[in-house]
Amino acid sequence: MSENPVRNAIQDAIRDHEVILFMKGTPERPMCGFSARTAAALEALGAEYAAVDILPDPRIRQELSAVSNWPTIPQLFVKGELLGGCDIVTEMYESGELAQALGVEPASDAPAAASVEPGAPLQIDNRL
Amino acid sequence: MPSTDELRQRIEAAIPGATAEVQDLTGGGDHFRATVIAPSFADLSRIEQHRAVYAVFGADIGGPIHALSLETRAE
Repeated sequence: MSENPVRNAIQDAIRDHEVILFMKGTPERPMCGFSARTAAALEALGAEYAAVDILPDPRIRQELSAVSNWPTIPQLFVKGELLGGCDIVTEMYESGELAQALGVEPASDAPAAASVEPGAPLQIDNRL
Repeated sequence: MPSTDELRQRIEAAIPGATAEVQDLTGGGDHFRATVIAPSFADLSRIEQHRAVYAVFGADIGGPIHALSLETRAE
């Protein structure tokens, strides 16, 4: 059907996960400060999210940027739409907009324990 | 290796009425932070504002410019 399985896998992942973060590394082991900060904002809100490490295959980043029209990593998608990269997510976290967009309680003094969807990291890998 | 001045000039030349302030975050000439104020941003969402600035640099983002952190606003 399509000759671009990587792009299809990315589009499927964005469609199938209400909140999905494409990052360098994993939430547990981020490989870039921008990715770390973005994951930390989600964790601080106790948001459930899927995470995809873009580092294992350069095609992931290339196709992701083509799909999103956004050149940098990380990229956070909510309900199929690009919410932003590190700067926008950080701004939205600080203003409370992120909690609103995710439908969770705003950050309190005692952030909820982090919860990452188990098994979500890298469905894309399975398709390569 | 791009300089903060070069980045500022490219942004201000490409986006009408824009004023930019650019910092080199690491001193290494590849991680930058820019604050861009442009009246034309008033009609754009935050995502679109950032896209407009990224578009100034095209493939240089991820190339010579490893990272460009942005703050954008209309005024």
